[in-house]
Amino acid sequence: MRRRRWLFRARRKGRELRAVNDRTGAIDRDAILLFATLRNEKPRLPYFLKYYRDLGVQHFLIVDNGSEDGSGEYLGAQPDVSLWRTGASYKASRFGMDWMNALLRRHGHGHWSLVVDVDEFFLYPFCDTRPLRALTDWLDDAGLRSFGTLLLDVYPRGAVKDQPCIEGRNPLEIACWFDSANYTITRNAAFRNLWIQGGPRARAFFADQPKAAPALNKVPLVKWHRSYAYVSSTHMLLPRGLNLTYDTLGGEKASGCLLHAKFLATLGDKAEEELARGEHYMGGREYHAYARGLDDETNLWTKWSERFINWRQLEIMGLMSKGSWA
Amino acid sequence: MSARLGFIMLVHTALDRAAQVARFVAQAGSPVVIHVDARTPPQDRAALVQALADLPDVRFCRRFRCDWGKWSLVAAMQAATERLLGDFPKVERVYAMSGACLPLRPVADLQAWLDRHPDTDFIESVSVADVNWTKGGLSEERFTLHFPVGFKTNKWLFDRLVDAQRLLHVKRDIPDGIVPHIGSQWWCLTRDTLEAILKDPMRPVYDRYFKRVWIPDESYFQTLVRLHTRRIESRSPTLGKFDHQGKPHVFYDDHLQLLRRSDCFMARKIWRGSDRLYQHFLSPGSGEVNHAEPQPSRIDRHFARATEQRIRGRAGLYMASRFPMQNRENGKTAEPYSVFQGFTEVFRDFEGWLSSVANCRVHGHLFAPRKVEFAGREKTFAGGLSYSASLRDYNPRAFLTNLLWSARGERQCFQFGPGDTQGRRYDLLWFMATDSNAQISVISGAWAVPLYLSGRDVAEIRREAARLQRIESDMIDILHSPHVRARIRIWTMAEFLENPAEPLHLLFDEIAPHVQSRMIRIPELVDLNGFGSFLQDLRNQGMQPVLMGDFPTTPLPPGPSHRMK
Repeated sequence: MRRRRWLFRARRKGRELRAVNDRTGAIDRDAILLFATLRNEKPRLPYFLKYYRDLGVQHFLIVDNGSEDGSGEYLGAQPDVSLWRTGASYKASRFGMDWMNALLRRHGHGHWSLVVDVDEFFLYPFCDTRPLRALTDWLDDAGLRSFGTLLLDVYPRGAVKDQPCIEGRNPLEIACWFDSANYTITRNAAFRNLWIQGGPRARAFFADQPKAAPALNKVPLVKWHRSYAYVSSTHMLLPRGLNLTYDTLGGEKASGCLLHAKFLATLGDKAEEELARGEHYMGGREYHAYARGLDDETNLWTKWSERFINWRQLEIMGLMSKGSWA
Repeated sequence: MSARLGFIMLVHTALDRAAQVARFVAQAGSPVVIHVDARTPPQDRAALVQALADLPDVRFCRRFRCDWGKWSLVAAMQAATERLLGDFPKVERVYAMSGACLPLRPVADLQAWLDRHPDTDFIESVSVADVNWTKGGLSEERFTLHFPVGFKTNKWLFDRLVDAQRLLHVKRDIPDGIVPHIGSQWWCLTRDTLEAILKDPMRPVYDRYFKRVWIPDESYFQTLVRLHTRRIESRSPTLGKFDHQGKPHVFYDDHLQLLRRSDCFMARKIWRGSDRLYQHFLSPGSGEVNHAEPQPSRIDRHFARATEQRIRGRAGLYMASRFPMQNRENGKTAEPYSVFQGFTEVFRDFEGWLSSVANCRVHGHLFAPRKVEFAGREKTFAGGLSYSASLRDYNPRAFLTNLLWSARGERQCFQFGPGDTQGRRYDLLWFMATDSNAQISVISGAWAVPLYLSGRDVAEIRREAARLQRIESDMIDILHSPHVRARIRIWTMAEFLENPAEPLHLLFDEIAPHVQSRMIRIPELVDLNGFGSFLQDLRNQGMQPVLMGDFPTTPLPPGPSHRMK
C-alpha cells in the first residue's frame, strides 16, 4: 500500500522531468545502469563518469536540477548519458527520490541499477580486479537482488575550505581520510533496514544532538523491478526484503562502501547556497551545521584518522565485507 | 596419441568461452562432444558450430532442455558419452566437463597422469548413508521421495510436498542391487565402465527410477559406477569448491596464482569475463609433460576461510552487513578487556601504575557522566571515537564494541562505577557481564572514598551516598546472575584492604601473564584514616552503608607487606 503511494508519487513527479538527451534506446538488455540527480557539479563530473565507466557502468541516467555552471551542456555531450532537466523543487520531489523512482521505473526494470550522488564512489570487494559485472553475476547466481553499503565520509587533512575539488582530478586524492570505527547501528523494525549513524559528521557537527546525525546506511545497487521504490534517499527500499542486506546470526554478508567525498572546498559555497535555497532535508539542518562548522575552519582530521588505501583495508577494518565471495 | 582421452562438454551460456576451451582440448588431439542446451538460442548455437567448424574432432550431440536438478542433465550426458564412444573407438577415457570449466594444465599432463592410474575411475561417489555435506537437508530422501515439482520453479510447494511425504511415510522402492551414492557430476570414467553402465540390460529400470530422483546428475553415474568399476578413486578430477549454500565458488582473474599453484588439471567454475585466466591457461605450453600431483588443499583453505567469514563472521564486529541478534554474536566483543570498579578510588594513581607495569591501554572512567576519560585524557581515540558524552550515551554499547574492535591487538582496561552512565536498565553492564571477553573486578563500597575525601558535610552527601549504594547493589545483583559469562571478582572494601597484594596479583596474572614473575610494587593506597568514622557519621545521619563490608571504626593497622610475592 505504502509502496503504491510512493510509486504513484513518482509517476506524478516524473512529469516534471523534461528529456534533454534521451539515449535510453541504446541501452542493452543486460546493461548496468547508473542513476543520479545533480545541481551545479561540473568540477566533479569528468572524474565521476570516468570512475563508473571504468567499473563497467554502461549507461548514465541523470536528472539535472537546474544547473547553471555548464553541467548540463557537459553531460549532453557524453554519448553514454541520458539527461533530463527540471526546474522543479528538489525538496518537493523528496530530495530527488521521486525523480529517481520515476526514471528507475521507466528504464531500470530488469537491470542492475546503481543510484548514487556525484560525490559518492562505490567500492565493493575485489573492485580493483573484478568489474562490476562480476559482482552482479555473482549476486544473480546467489539469488540476491540488492547489495548494501556503508556511506563512508572521507575528508581532507586540514581545513576543508582550503581543499578545492579540481576538475577531472580524483577527489579521493585529497579527501582521503576517514574514521574507522565510530559508527552506531540500530535496526529499523518498520522497514527492516539497519540505521547507521556516526563518522566525522556526527563527531564534528552533531555531538550535541546525535539522533539528528545523517544516516549512513545505503542500498545503492539493486536489480530493479518496476514495482520497487526507494523510500528515503537510498537508505531504504520497498519491498522491505530488499533492505535485508545484513546477517543476524553472526555471519557476514558481502557488502561495500560508498566513499562520500563531500568535504571539499566547493562545500563551503554550496552550504551557503543550499541554505539560501532551503531545499534540503530537515530544512537543510546538515548544511546549517556545515556552514557554521566550515566558517571557523573546521578540520575533520584527527590523529586517529585513517588514510584510505584500498578496499582490502576497509575490509580488514570491518567497514565492508567479502562475505562468502572469495 | 592423446586421442585415448575424450571429453564431453555441457554448455548453455558463455558459448564463446566454451568454444575457446573446446578448441584448446581438440588441438591437443582429444575429441570433444558438445551438448548445447536446447534452450540456448539457435543463433548462438550456430555461432558456436561455426567457430569450431575447422576442427573435425569436435562433434555435437542430440540436444535436451536442461533444468537444474532434473533428469535431462543425465540424458544429455548419456547422449554425449554414447556419441563420443561411438564416433571415436580409440577413446579409452571420458572426461565430463561443463562450459564453465577451464583446463589448468595441458591435456598431455592429464593423459600422463591417467596413464599412471590404469583402469581407474575418477568419480566422487559417497554413500548417502554417510554423507554430511548435502546442502538443503535432503540426502537419503533424494532417493525415496517423489519430486513432481521443480525445486527452482516453486520452492515453497517443493518443501510442502517433502513435508507431506515425510508425514505420510511415503517411500519409493530403490531397484534391487543398487546402493545410492552421490557426488560431483564432473568425473573421468573408463570406456569399460561407461559401456557397462550404458549397455546394462537393467538400464531401462534404472533410468526409469532415476528420472524421479532429485538431482539425478549428482547420483546416476555415482551410483551405477559402483556396479561395474574395477577400481574407483572417489574424488572429482575437477577442482571445484562449494559455498555454504552448496553453490560453486567462482574463479576470477585474481585467482590466477592460486589456481596455478594448485596443480589441478581442471577447475570450475570460471567467470566468463576472466580474460587473464583464459589467456594464461589456454596459451600453448612448453610441450614438456609435467608430472606434478594435483594439490587442491591449497585452494580449499582459501575458500574455507571465506565460508567461515560468511557463517561465523568476525567476533566483535558490528557493521552494515553483520548485525547479530542478541546472543547470536559469536563473540560479543573483539578481544579480552578489563573493567575495574573501585580501584582508582582506593589507590593513588591506579591508572598510571597499571599502565606502567602492564602492557595495555588504561583508560579512566570511559562512561563518566560528563565526558569520556580516554587514556591520557585525549579528545579522540582509535576509530575516531569522540570524548563527547552525548555521542557516547546515544549508544553506549556501540561505543564499547567500537573501542574494542578498533583497538584490536592491545588490551584495553578501564574504570567503571555506580557514578557512570549505565545505559537503559543497566544495559551496558548486562552486556559486559554476559561477554566472555570481559574481566570485571569490583571493590564494593569504594565509591564512598571520594565522598569521604571531598571533605563535604556528611548531611549534604548522604543522599548521594545512598544513590550510589543503590546503584552498586543493583550492579552486584547483575554480576551474580546465572547468565554471567564474564570473569567476575567482587571484594568488599574491607576484604580487599586486608591484603591488597593478593587480589592485585591475581588480576595481574590474567592481564599480563608474561610479567608475572617480576617483583612489582603495588600502588600506594589513599589515606583512609578516619574513613571508619566517616561511615559511622553516615549511619548517624540515617543512611546504612553496607557494601564496604565490616570496616572498623578505628584506623587500620598497616598491611603486612606492600610487595607482591
